[in-house]
Amino acid sequence: MSSALVAIIAVAAILIGLAVGYWVPSHRRLAASNRPRPVRNILLPFTGDEISRRAFEAAVRLAKAENATIMPAFLARVPMNLPLESALPVQCASGMPLLEAIEQRVSSQGLPVDSRVGRGRSARDALRHLLEAEHFDRIIVSADEDPRAGLSYEDLRWLLERVPAEILILRPAPEDTRRISATALNGHT
Amino acid sequence: MASSPGTPQPAHPPALNPVEAGENVTMSGDRGHLRVFIGMAAGVGKTYRMLIEGHAEQEAGRDVVVGLLETHGRVETARIAEGLPMVPRLRVTYRETLIEEMDVPAILRRAPELCLIDELAHTNAPGVEHPKRYEDVEQVLDAGIDVLSTLNVQHLESLNDRITELSGIRVRETIPDAVLGRADEVVLIDLTPEALLDRLRAGKIYPTDRIDAALNNFFKIENLAALREIALRQVAAEVGAKRLTTELVGSREESLAADAPQAIGERLMALVEPYPGTQRLVRRAWRSSQQLGAQLDLLWVRRPGQNLSEDAERSLAALRQLASVLGATLLIEESDDPPAAIAEVARRRGTTYIQMGRSRPARGFARLRPPLAQRLMERLPGVDVRIVADRSSRSSDNQPASRP
Repeated sequence: MSSALVAIIAVAAILIGLAVGYWVPSHRRLAASNRPRPVRNILLPFTGDEISRRAFEAAVRLAKAENATIMPAFLARVPMNLPLESALPVQCASGMPLLEAIEQRVSSQGLPVDSRVGRGRSARDALRHLLEAEHFDRIIVSADEDPRAGLSYEDLRWLLERVPAEILILRPAPEDTRRISATALNGHT
Repeated sequence: MASSPGTPQPAHPPALNPVEAGENVTMSGDRGHLRVFIGMAAGVGKTYRMLIEGHAEQEAGRDVVVGLLETHGRVETARIAEGLPMVPRLRVTYRETLIEEMDVPAILRRAPELCLIDELAHTNAPGVEHPKRYEDVEQVLDAGIDVLSTLNVQHLESLNDRITELSGIRVRETIPDAVLGRADEVVLIDLTPEALLDRLRAGKIYPTDRIDAALNNFFKIENLAALREIALRQVAAEVGAKRLTTELVGSREESLAADAPQAIGERLMALVEPYPGTQRLVRRAWRSSQQLGAQLDLLWVRRPGQNLSEDAERSLAALRQLASVLGATLLIEESDDPPAAIAEVARRRGTTYIQMGRSRPARGFARLRPPLAQRLMERLPGVDVRIVADRSSRSSDNQPASRP
């Protein structure tokens, strides 16, 4: 009799355990699905080994206000004598640490971040490929970059004319030369 | 028979093979010994050093000839070659132009003990027996003749794209890396970029009218510094490979020798999944692979029939693009048993190093199993497993300030 009771109690405990085990994760899933999801993507493209601090801060402010994901994108340029699909380790040696530094700073603000890499014959071509592949709600670029190194004024005009997204171009501020570079990286190597 | 333009015509008939060609051919049955002088760029002194060593061998009583020498008009080089017998060049007519190439049949008939052959990566004119000079060198070595030769690091096939990206100049003449791998000795001729530029400016590398163009194109100090690093790494890798092979041959573990080349080169594998945070892991793995001079594979083990959300599809596309730009290989395997699939792929790819992110907390009965890293170490003895921390979760107090 007592052994039958023990068996019944054991079976009941197992069933309760399984039910709780099922309910808790599904409850968590439900809770996760109820959480507000980022609804907007903010693209923050760059070409060199540093970006304007103003552009970065603008992206963070907007992302916080709109519950958006910041998408920093490194635009790599493929020399004409290489196939478009070529690996670009030399450019990546400077671009990847900066991408990492931006990700770290965005994450430290508690914001979602999702990086991208674009590749093309020029910065504009790389950006065009990126925009063809994915939708971005907003693009933030700084106009104070050296046109030889980043997006030129022609590129910015092209962005405004051709790209179906909200575009925020930050006016050059000569007194504000703050930059974010890979030196801000927190232990990448 | 009349020759038409475009039809290559050797100035004398193609030679017979060494045995057929004559009585003076060395056919000891032993392959000759190949020593390659490698450098970061033209002008570091590879040919000069080859000639110096040729003289030393001659003084030691060996029969030395110069099979092919390219002085490029450098007086120093021509002067040092004096006293070494030269095999006359083969003359080939191509499109009504007379081109001079190395005369391999003549070298084989002459049968010296040691032959000096400049510019291993050279492409022969049409009409010569072999399209590439390294193939000529192979034939000379097969005849039992030792060879000294020269090579610039940018001519190695595996480095060609990287150096093109670096310098903006595509080097057309390449040789398979295996040719250098088969060399008995690889000697690095090193010079600092500053010293090489001094030589260039002093007119010791190119004639005066070409110096400015060279300085503005290939001979930039940043190019030379990077090329020097590549050359040093390449030779270090060759030395390491030869050391391990030498240690293994003849030892009680002789059977391992066949596996040695695979074990010598590091090969990294990063375990990925299509979600945004995985890119951080890929970048870390890529940095490690660059430091080790290793190939990088990215592996995602996908459950059979697993459907991807729209976000995951986007992350996968971003991962593919990142892998392509970094020069990594993205592998996708379907399996219900990730550790078994990872172990199988690691063995197949010769992986020596696995990098992975922190696993998600296990749930239910999965808590009873050892963590993935431990299961991988049990399945892959000898393979390093590294769990990569998420640096972004570090305290921001540690972060250095951004530049003002």
